Amino acid sequence: MTDIASPATEITDATRRRSSPKGSGFDHWFQYACFAAATAVLAALGGVLVVLAFYGWPAFQTFGFSFFTSSTWDPVKNIYGGAGPIVGTLITAFLALLFSLPIAGGVAFFLVEFCPQVLRRPIGTAVELLAGIPSIVYGMWGYLVFAPAFAAHVEAPVQAFAANWPGSFLDNITSGVPDGYGILAASIILAIMILPFTAATLRELLLTVPAQVRESAYGLGATTFEVVTTVTLPYVRRGAIGAVMLGLGRALGETMAVTFIIGNAHSFPKSLFDSGSTIASTIASEFSEAHDPIYSASLIALGLILFLITFAVLAMARLMLRSQVRA
Amino acid sequence: MAVSSSRVATRRAVNAVFVAFCNLVTLLAIIALAAILFTLVKNGGGSLGLDIFTKASTTGEGLADAILGSILICTMAMAIALIIGIMAGTWLAEYAGDGRYGTVIRFLNDVLLSAPSILIGVFVAQMLVANTIHHPSGYAGAVALALLAIPVITRTTEDVLRLQPISLRESGIALGTPLWTVIRTIIWRASTSGILTGALLAFARISGETAPLMFTALGNNFVSWDMYQPMSALPLAIFSFTTGSPDEVKLAWAGALVISVAVLAVTIIARVVAQEKKQG
Repeated sequence: MTDIASPATEITDATRRRSSPKGSGFDHWFQYACFAAATAVLAALGGVLVVLAFYGWPAFQTFGFSFFTSSTWDPVKNIYGGAGPIVGTLITAFLALLFSLPIAGGVAFFLVEFCPQVLRRPIGTAVELLAGIPSIVYGMWGYLVFAPAFAAHVEAPVQAFAANWPGSFLDNITSGVPDGYGILAASIILAIMILPFTAATLRELLLTVPAQVRESAYGLGATTFEVVTTVTLPYVRRGAIGAVMLGLGRALGETMAVTFIIGNAHSFPKSLFDSGSTIASTIASEFSEAHDPIYSASLIALGLILFLITFAVLAMARLMLRSQVRA
Repeated sequence: MAVSSSRVATRRAVNAVFVAFCNLVTLLAIIALAAILFTLVKNGGGSLGLDIFTKASTTGEGLADAILGSILICTMAMAIALIIGIMAGTWLAEYAGDGRYGTVIRFLNDVLLSAPSILIGVFVAQMLVANTIHHPSGYAGAVALALLAIPVITRTTEDVLRLQPISLRESGIALGTPLWTVIRTIIWRASTSGILTGALLAFARISGETAPLMFTALGNNFVSWDMYQPMSALPLAIFSFTTGSPDEVKLAWAGALVISVAVLAVTIIARVVAQEKKQG
């Protein structure tokens, strides 16, 4: 008894206290560092908003509500109204979405529903890879190759055709210089640019539909069209809307593909062939020359408007996508 | 019977139109994208030579300054982004749980992921160029690109860390290892290929970005290692040469080919890394 107990009495207080593992003193510091890094993300986004609002404020103060309604953009007289770029941004983004959505949907359905097995992986991979090509390459191609061809083979014939009915709606929306640079050309380049991205996201969404669901619809004798419209699309509805809005967000904020080809005129675009500008293209082409305080404030104010529009679109897109896929 | 067979015919016809439409647009999309790649390879390949990598753009024969600038700026941006992105992703996966702050960060990170890059450029230009350094510099460009890479890395890091089983963490802690050592030596190590994939994708993204560099790095025509001064980058050189003389356009095509091949190569490597992880 005493033999067994005697070693126990020799245990000192120091050894009885459980010593902390080596290096555990850094546990807190590591956690704080990780927390700080996560907060840096918040600070970055918050910082963008604060900086844009702070430096853009003078423009709203000087021009008031007319900053949104006037399309006078005159760096010589220092009078700025952003209606031209704001409307240009919305028009090009929506047109781009209008053009690319049916095509992106078609590509995604093709890949998921009835592509030959041999081609499924190569085309799917190609679409995903193309989504990563830098936008400046699309812009450059648009400027050097697409615009001249578009002017010669689309704009000129369409204008000649529309001239048969002077003053008609068709004549009005196709007026302007047929040089290949303008709202419509920019929208088409944007559509080509967001196409792989939208198609890849939609494809990923459609792949989340369980095989049983799709197969039971086929088992009932439904055609591919009926399966797509009544089963798979409703199944991924929320996510699909999210994917579309993510594409819209890209189109709204895209700079390089548009700057080359939209013509950079600040007036209100009068027709589809007319030169215009978007918020991003205006900032890209003028910000480094804007030395006058009110000039740069106006550009930053435009940036704030773009930030708020895209934030709203992206926030909705993320909320809708989150339930289905982390794209 | 007559009614139902005509319904069948209508359904078949509608389906045929739909299938034809899908086939057609896929073909159209592939042709359009192939046309872009074809012009790129044709025009870029024609003017691509060793000179592109060795001579400065002031000589009109090369893009060495732009390529060097891109490498320096992107490397520095990635160094910043890897540290912050991995730590932020670790916090979201290991410490945040389902708390409100974590949810907010996660959401804002997703928004930042697709925020217009030109606004990031304006933000950094106002902070660093206008108010701190007072002139454009390679550092400012690197910070702007880092802000674009951080959300990508944060996102992928969080996703792969969450894939690691809880038992892995528990077995480390049961041995008496401090949590931060468990995270570093067990969880991070087990997620290496996933984090690497995210880093490569982030690199592919920022190496082609032009808009955020326009007001931050500005551009320069000389081969320069000094990141405190304005610095050239490949996308910036392409941007300014595209609207220039025919010789400059040739250089722009070569630059566009170089950057596209680099981006595609990095993306493919990232996919291979991700693939191996799935199999192993």
